[in-house]
Amino acid sequence: MDISAFAAILISTVFINNFILSRFLGLCPFIGVSKETGPAVSMGLAVTFVTTTASILTWFIYDLILIPLHLEYLRTLSFILTIAFFVQFAEIVIQKKMPSLYKAFGIYLTLITTNCAVLGVTVLNTDMFFLKYKAVAGSFLMSALQGLGAGAGFTLAMLLMSGIRERLEYAEVPRCFRDVPITFIIASLMSMAFLGFSGFKI
Amino acid sequence: MKTSSELIKGLWNENPTFKMMLGLCPTLAVSTSVVNGLGMGVAATFVLAGSSVIVSMVRHIIPEKVRIPCYIVIIATFVTIIELLMKAYMPLLSRALGMYVPLIVVNCIVLGRAEAFASKAAPVVSAIDALGMGMGFTWALCLISAIREALGNGTILGFGISDYFSPPLFMILAPGALLTIGVLIAAINHFSARKDDKRWT
Repeated sequence: MDISAFAAILISTVFINNFILSRFLGLCPFIGVSKETGPAVSMGLAVTFVTTTASILTWFIYDLILIPLHLEYLRTLSFILTIAFFVQFAEIVIQKKMPSLYKAFGIYLTLITTNCAVLGVTVLNTDMFFLKYKAVAGSFLMSALQGLGAGAGFTLAMLLMSGIRERLEYAEVPRCFRDVPITFIIASLMSMAFLGFSGFKI
Repeated sequence: MKTSSELIKGLWNENPTFKMMLGLCPTLAVSTSVVNGLGMGVAATFVLAGSSVIVSMVRHIIPEKVRIPCYIVIIATFVTIIELLMKAYMPLLSRALGMYVPLIVVNCIVLGRAEAFASKAAPVVSAIDALGMGMGFTWALCLISAIREALGNGTILGFGISDYFSPPLFMILAPGALLTIGVLIAAINHFSARKDDKRWT
């Protein structure tokens, strides 16, 4: 195993295949929570935390339970339950142990269960790092890194979008384009800029 | 009369894509061609109808506090069914839609209908509501994918539309999807605002 493969995964999930701007995962919070920078970044960090841990947890479930028992078709069901369970658990722990952190991103944690970025990254991990129902070498680390990269890419896009939208408050936008439509158009331009990264060869 | 209005409201007044803006992720991701859009729409309609009926049937048994996990299990079951069916009978479509088929589980339309409608209504009415919503989702997907396929690939359903037009590739890539939905929503806002203005003056 060499380092460059891992670096490639990280760079690819953050920039080239950015989860929001090229895979369209997690669009709802991207449109809904990107009005101000503070909440947007909190949401991004909460998502990063959940995508990373969910990637690790689902790797264990897939490799140690589903594959040995030939239950691969239960992937969707077991993954979404794992994520829902974990998010609930994390919410309770954070509320009890770290009240200040809970104030910062507690409310966003609840929303994350139905964030497609989380289930998306776990499904993508099993699609990419399990060939013919067998884990490829280093798949555990790769899954964890892909989870981390997905969250980081999400946070980056949220940060950029919220910065732009804060400036947009002062702009004269035509009435029918106000709020959601203009956000989509900005996202389209951002995504076009991110297309530039797809020329990278790693 | 009432049942027909349950069916029709999903098509326009409460259209999940254009009016409520739910389930946008799959809408934008798979709308590269009309065939994909239609396949996704039918799959989501199946999941919606199936899960709505079951949720409505067990609505008196499920305790209030754990209802959301129960709904998710029911929805995930139907998603697994459609995933396996698609893999067996439509392998090409299944490959084209890829990871977005399992992602129907987290499509907010399905959970939204289970929570807002099916948990309070009888199975038959819930099924009609789900079918209406599913059809609304499907036509919205078809419209977006028709625009993107026509502009980005120069075809509709695989048939060429004009020889004199060289399609800009970016329409079937990610930016085209975001641009299309942005302009469509703005157009809908514009026309419904004009209607409102007329009503008030």
